[in-house]
Amino acid sequence: MTFELFIFYLLASIAVISGVMMISVNNAVKATMWLVLAFIATAGVWIMAQAEFLGLVLILVYVGAVMVLFLFVVMMVDINISAMKEGFTQYLPIGAMAAIAIFAMMYMVLGTEHFGLEVTGVPAGLPEGINNTKSIAIPLYTTHAYAFVLAAVLLLLGIVAAIALTLRRRPTGEVLYQDIDKQVQTLAEDRFRMVKMDSVVEKQVPVKDEGEK
Amino acid sequence: MIALSDFLLFGAVLFMISMAGIFLNRKNVIILLMSIELLLLAVNTNLVAFSHYLNDVTGQIFVFFILTVAAAEAAIGLAIVVLVYRKRKSINVDDLGTLKG
Repeated sequence: MTFELFIFYLLASIAVISGVMMISVNNAVKATMWLVLAFIATAGVWIMAQAEFLGLVLILVYVGAVMVLFLFVVMMVDINISAMKEGFTQYLPIGAMAAIAIFAMMYMVLGTEHFGLEVTGVPAGLPEGINNTKSIAIPLYTTHAYAFVLAAVLLLLGIVAAIALTLRRRPTGEVLYQDIDKQVQTLAEDRFRMVKMDSVVEKQVPVKDEGEK
Repeated sequence: MIALSDFLLFGAVLFMISMAGIFLNRKNVIILLMSIELLLLAVNTNLVAFSHYLNDVTGQIFVFFILTVAAAEAAIGLAIVVLVYRKRKSINVDDLGTLKG
């Protein structure tokens, strides 16, 4: 076994074990942490397949943003941990059976006899002087530019939908709100009034010097 | 040299695990959403592996767009989970049968 293959199997087994732990632990925070480990190990696998850009994007976007979002929601939602695993053993046989059946079917198709190294050959790799990021960027900004803009619109939709869904306005008696329109439209005359009045001269009160001698 | 079948079987195992997770975790919508994320990751692994072996970068561009869609989907899904929890004080899948589907 070469060193490259050893690293691949190491990363793959870390990802698989983390996946198993994610679906079997009781605590949702721990499940999120196991999923983070699975993402990091899979990013390593992608980098081994010479997809360096996507591997790093997976770590930045998924571990950095999406999993933090999951952690926030887990903290906001109060989960009854003891009730969470009810029915786990009840569904275990059918879940395991479906999973193993699917894996057996996939193994028959994807095994070494169809996609082994002797069948596919060694991939050529990128030509000299061009890296993975550049080779993704060129078709992304030319051939797929329309899809790229659509993806941006989709992300905007995600922001708007998430905010519109979770924004909650409580009744005004409970909380005080700022009225931004009113604040912006306020003029100086509404706030500040000049009043003419005569000046008042205070009379000097003579100080008694009792204590001094 | 890592064979293509190794990548594909790794993706298949991840897919299998996350599918079992959807079967097993009926009490917690958040874990269901996490299983769906892992499912997408398994499929993306296949696309990356084929892109490497066919020496065609289009597969990786596809993965890029799938990641975008998955991020938007996770954000909206979690927003819905928060809303459901506010209304029902529960995220158990069995409690969400108002439509009697």
